Amino acid sequence: MPRRDDLKKILIIGSGPIVIGQACEFDYSGVQACKALKEEGYEVVLVNSNPATIMTDPETADRTYIEPITWQYVAKILEVERPDALLPTLGGQTGLNTAMDLARRGILQQLGVELIGAKEEVIVKAEAREAFKQAMIKIGLDVPRSSTVHTMDEARLAMREIGLPIIVRASFTLGGAGGGIAYNKEEFEDIVRRGLKLSPVGEVLLEESILGWKEYEMEVMRDRADNCVIICSIENFDPMGVHTGDSITVAPIQTLTDKEYQRMRDATFAVVREIGVETGGANVQFAVHPDTGRMVVIEMNPRVSRSSALASKATGFPIAKIAAKLAVGYRLDEIPNDITRETLACFEPTIDYVVTKIPRWTFEKFPEADPTLTVQMKSVGETMAIGRTFKESFQKALRGLETGHFGLGGGKKDLWNTAKRPTRDEIVRKLTIPNADRVYYIRYAMKDGMSVAEIHDLTDIDPWFLENIRQIVAIEEEIRRCRRLEDADAALLRKAKRAGFSDMQLALWWDASEMDVRQKRKSLGIAAVFKQVDTCAAEFEAYTPYYYSTYEDEDETPARRLRDEGSGLSVADIPGAPRHSQPSTLNHKPRIMILGGGPNRIGQGIEFDYCCCHASYALRELGVESIMVNSNPETVSTDYDTSDLLFFEPLTTEDVLNICDRIDPDGVIVQFGGQTPLNLARGLEAAGVRIIGTSPDMIDAAEDRERFQAILEKLDLRQPPNGIAVETEGARHAAERIGYPVLVRPSYVLGGRAMEICYDEPQLVRYMTDAVDASPDRPVLIDKFLEDAIEVDVDAVSDGQTTVIGGVMEHIEEAGVHSGDSACALPPHSLPSHVIDEIRAATKSLAKELKVRGLMNIQFAVKRGERPETRGQSSGGEAALSPLASALWTVFVLEVNPRASRTSPFVSKATGRPLAKIAAKVMAGVSLEEQGVTEEITPTHTSVKESVFPFSRFHGVDIILGPEMRSTGEVMGIDETFPIAFAKSQIAAGNALPTEGTVFISMAEAHKQAIVEPARRLRSLGFNLIATSGTAAILSQHGVEVRVIRKVQEGRPNLLDAMANGEVQFIFNTPSGKGARTDEGKIRAAAVSYGVPCVTTLPGCVAVVAALEALSRNPTPRVKALQDWLAVPAFD
Amino acid sequence: MSRTAKLALSDGTVFTGTGFGADGEVFGEVVFNTSMTGYQEILTDPSYCGQIVAMTYPQIGNYGVNAEDVESGGIACRGFIIRELCELPSNFRSVKSLDAYLSEHGVIGLEGIDTRALVRRLRVRGVMTGVISTTDLDDASLIEKAKRSPDLVGIDYVKEVMPQTRSEWADPLPELGRAFGGSAATGDASKTNRHVVAVDYGMKWNIPRYLRETGCRVTVVPGTATVDEILALEPDGVFLSNGPGDPRPLDYAIGTIRGLLGKKPVFGICLGHQLLGLAAGAEIYKLKFGHRGANQPVLDKRTGRVEITSQNHGFALVADTMPADLEVTHVNLNDGTVAGIRHKRAAAFGVQYHPEASAGPHDSNYLFREFLALMSP
Repeated sequence: MPRRDDLKKILIIGSGPIVIGQACEFDYSGVQACKALKEEGYEVVLVNSNPATIMTDPETADRTYIEPITWQYVAKILEVERPDALLPTLGGQTGLNTAMDLARRGILQQLGVELIGAKEEVIVKAEAREAFKQAMIKIGLDVPRSSTVHTMDEARLAMREIGLPIIVRASFTLGGAGGGIAYNKEEFEDIVRRGLKLSPVGEVLLEESILGWKEYEMEVMRDRADNCVIICSIENFDPMGVHTGDSITVAPIQTLTDKEYQRMRDATFAVVREIGVETGGANVQFAVHPDTGRMVVIEMNPRVSRSSALASKATGFPIAKIAAKLAVGYRLDEIPNDITRETLACFEPTIDYVVTKIPRWTFEKFPEADPTLTVQMKSVGETMAIGRTFKESFQKALRGLETGHFGLGGGKKDLWNTAKRPTRDEIVRKLTIPNADRVYYIRYAMKDGMSVAEIHDLTDIDPWFLENIRQIVAIEEEIRRCRRLEDADAALLRKAKRAGFSDMQLALWWDASEMDVRQKRKSLGIAAVFKQVDTCAAEFEAYTPYYYSTYEDEDETPARRLRDEGSGLSVADIPGAPRHSQPSTLNHKPRIMILGGGPNRIGQGIEFDYCCCHASYALRELGVESIMVNSNPETVSTDYDTSDLLFFEPLTTEDVLNICDRIDPDGVIVQFGGQTPLNLARGLEAAGVRIIGTSPDMIDAAEDRERFQAILEKLDLRQPPNGIAVETEGARHAAERIGYPVLVRPSYVLGGRAMEICYDEPQLVRYMTDAVDASPDRPVLIDKFLEDAIEVDVDAVSDGQTTVIGGVMEHIEEAGVHSGDSACALPPHSLPSHVIDEIRAATKSLAKELKVRGLMNIQFAVKRGERPETRGQSSGGEAALSPLASALWTVFVLEVNPRASRTSPFVSKATGRPLAKIAAKVMAGVSLEEQGVTEEITPTHTSVKESVFPFSRFHGVDIILGPEMRSTGEVMGIDETFPIAFAKSQIAAGNALPTEGTVFISMAEAHKQAIVEPARRLRSLGFNLIATSGTAAILSQHGVEVRVIRKVQEGRPNLLDAMANGEVQFIFNTPSGKGARTDEGKIRAAAVSYGVPCVTTLPGCVAVVAALEALSRNPTPRVKALQDWLAVPAFD
Repeated sequence: MSRTAKLALSDGTVFTGTGFGADGEVFGEVVFNTSMTGYQEILTDPSYCGQIVAMTYPQIGNYGVNAEDVESGGIACRGFIIRELCELPSNFRSVKSLDAYLSEHGVIGLEGIDTRALVRRLRVRGVMTGVISTTDLDDASLIEKAKRSPDLVGIDYVKEVMPQTRSEWADPLPELGRAFGGSAATGDASKTNRHVVAVDYGMKWNIPRYLRETGCRVTVVPGTATVDEILALEPDGVFLSNGPGDPRPLDYAIGTIRGLLGKKPVFGICLGHQLLGLAAGAEIYKLKFGHRGANQPVLDKRTGRVEITSQNHGFALVADTMPADLEVTHVNLNDGTVAGIRHKRAAAFGVQYHPEASAGPHDSNYLFREFLALMSP
């Protein structure tokens, strides 16, 4: 059954912006699928709204639509492109849902588009809970027992069948109201009675509780000939009750006998066959009772998932690529295994190492959110580590998380031998309730004398895992019994390293430096070796260039490759001292290492991975051996064919130096992976590693307040008045001098971590005492906060001689909203050209002064009106909306980052110029002129980037935008005009733009005047307006018809009631700055719960109104492929 | 408590680790198995007689040892090599640790060595003789012993592991080992009532369990049983079991099979398949490092379907010199070696792999039904 020749053109739906539960794994799978289908000669059409993806690079697919992923927009794309088939299984739940919408509405049928990979009825059967359950029962598989009841008598009868504890769910109530877990009969009576009362239909679902059962996942592939193979089995460290995306997971399964494993394997095949997944990858989840072995099916995903990305990285088997080939008709035994070359894809990988994945959470960004881990996923990223044992991979993963832990125990975060040592009560609480820090509390529990059995009783974590942690703790004790580094012998060091302890942990316990430990162990012959990930446990020779470190005898690191005759760069071409220019290495390809960004987190995500991938592509184009180091399993950068060599390793000084010892790179690139590699730069350089691109010293100059100030003075550039403080008193003085409001933040952070605007002294004092841990080496930066200024982002690339502007982006939201959280337009939609020219000139002079070689990003604030030294009232939103060229404009430099920025991919998509790739070539020694990159491209169309937030996941969190970044992802809207591009960006971001109904307006005092005009325009569009008394008064005064509605504390019915009744379609609400958070906070929280779109900044409101007007003239904006946008000649 | 133990290979390589299980010194052919589960079934598989088995999966002993997952009455392999031994097993069926199990059976274990380095050496140079010792830790002496120890070719190991007497098989297939989802062998003894004589060359117990599951009465006879002895039992079919080592020295078995061909339906697994091939005139050769694991893909040429199989063999039938009477029905997709044959004139077939699984997937258990069909009048 070879490839299908009846198909010519195939549409792939991507997963859109990065959100919790749907991250870069779908870029990874989408890219593999696009490449695989193109390789087979199909024309590939792609739709994805996320510009920060490799998938949306114009080269990845033949036709790329950066458009909202809604059935309406995809239907338009289908009409334009008329593909033969749609492959819906590679774009996560978004891709699947959109395909289902199109199918249900008959659009696919009408246009003659075939769903491949998974048929409509398969998706329905797999996704609908009851249908799935019935299907499982039909084929004889066990599922959690359940019963639907309508009376107490029925309930009691059912409870006798099902047993306690039991899960009670009231039917058709909002947000799980009327449900709960009953552990005894009394609770059962209470909960069921309440549930029956609360349910509008008097119905309660009783379900057997499987909390605490062992949880497993099977990654399976099936082809058209019904060949089924398991690619990877996964065991969850955290038992049932914690979402698998929030669980620590381990591959392969550790605690099942072969009999139990084979039973699960059989069941997996039975599930995919019964559900009817015809081709491709799927994932089936099981729970197993720890004491009886009873196995129940939990759910299945008829598509490529986060787990399949993990499985691909864990085994080396490219699931998405193979899934795409199966979807077009190939059989597994017709596809060669890229890794072994001689064998076929029809086999089951076997691994000879242990893989551990640990999620990364960002609760610190959402202090109001409940940090308990439950069945709803809350983590924003993950790290994976490979070791020869669980102990080793677990500790590697802990340091790969980059949360200040260098393994299990040790370091500043270790509370054990400190005043904050947790009590037994605290330990018990932290063990009982699943939370992000539970593994650290398992260690505390052991150090506090608790046994594996006791900890198992509290956590239900399998004793096998706990026993391994106990062994880690026992080795820690052994390490600590040795007092000093000098006393440590080879046996102890070897034992510690084989159990995954980092040099840093040892250094902290032995009061030595990380480098001392490193030197000592190396002198004793204890050095990391690298082993290959080969899908076959070394049974066959493998060609995958994919490695992990461990402490064993044999190293498998490959030797340098020979240079292609007469082409490609030579070692001597790489800038920096020609350390290697001995004749022996001149015949070889130069080696350049790219350090990735580690686990996704808010502020550092897919954008940086995108840049790292481009760096790798650029190096390969130059004939340089590209070497990727990263620990994030979701990414394209950790795909085995992105780089010439891939090291799946934590991004720490130790782990990177270990690789350098074996690889001997001619240069290391630190400027593409975000803050993670930059933080390593100085340590690596000190250890003799050659950093290429902008020098770490210049990076430091840009980040160091005093050095940077000197540079700005020298260049005659302005920055907001500012100061620096290491304690509260100094901060108070500085703020007084500068004048409130002030923007405060710790130095050296990314994503606006702990950044705040202080409007008065008490707020500042509170910040200094509670929010930050300031010290002489961790000072707090204090800036004058420029109210109502326009923020501008500039991305540029420089080779030291020439600087080329990549793009100038005007933010929609005012300065003060973190740049990662605001929307922005390229080219600027309102700034006068002389201001943009001033910004360009400042960018070029800064690039020159900082000797930038590679990328740089500058944030400017532009303020119109009086000089900022004198505070003015007139610079309201109106001014920002309709700037007059004659007005006085002041440009301030806020921040310079001589590295890749979050906007690099957006700029590349907007202009068609791959900035990161160009920058990487610059770093390898190819000038901009040699690359033909000398002029700025200013597109004739407008691109708008909008941010996407996880608020719906974090109940009770206020959604106002501020200096602390909280968005997880971004989307892009493109059109000839700004309003439509903005409208598309909103739709793509999931911010619905209602075209009729009622808008509730409640503005902060300073914005009340400015909202009059937009409000009037809303009326002309046919919207009804409601407002609370203050805003309503001003609107009425200006003749805008508005109905007054009660504030929450003014009695009922009030706004919350109106929202509950579905009487409000849109909310414009700007926060009043300091204080008075309660009422508006409630409104915004309700907006999130009821799904009412809510705009919280004045410029945002204005842009939304413009977008609504544009949509009323043109309700269905046209779609256009990126390739067509970029084909339009740009002007300079 | 931990005690140093060493493995020396005949090529002069020495690995130093920690001993577990029994103390002592033993030589054997060092082979590796890539299955991530099923160490207890592997340990009790009589086909490993004369061998030292290294597991490629590094964490072994995790789920302990239980009373049911055994493929024979003892441990046949001479030594067991792993990367890390589990001290505290976790499984609801576990009754003891792997360490205790090996001690009880007097088998030497070695843990803590770079097993991947060992496997790569065996892959490149081929399997070779090695010595494990907890008593002699002198490298030179051990290497010398490894060099002097005989290899496995030409030796009859079957006689070490086969039963001495005839017996009726009684054990059912355990509930947990039953294949799920319709492809399982079906039938019950009262209905089909076929009588199978299973010639035991070191038979894995899951084979007669499966035969019984398909509804057969099973009489087990020693591998040395003659044609007359077998026919006297009036079987409906004869099964040729797996077993250890080189099939070529087993003249008695080859002779018996020749005598049975055409008289009774014959089904052979692994060594039984090789003996069937030899009896029909095929040639045999030793593979460089064999196939041992639970992920070997096999193509059924008749249906085009691929099954993932459990395998454990170091010898294979030569594809190029297959006699006219034999048809190759199954091929190993990894290296194209012969994985299944059918006799064109006699009712006989064999597979190189293990449809009885244990350890391994259940994909191939349809073969028991094919055997049943062959025996049905």
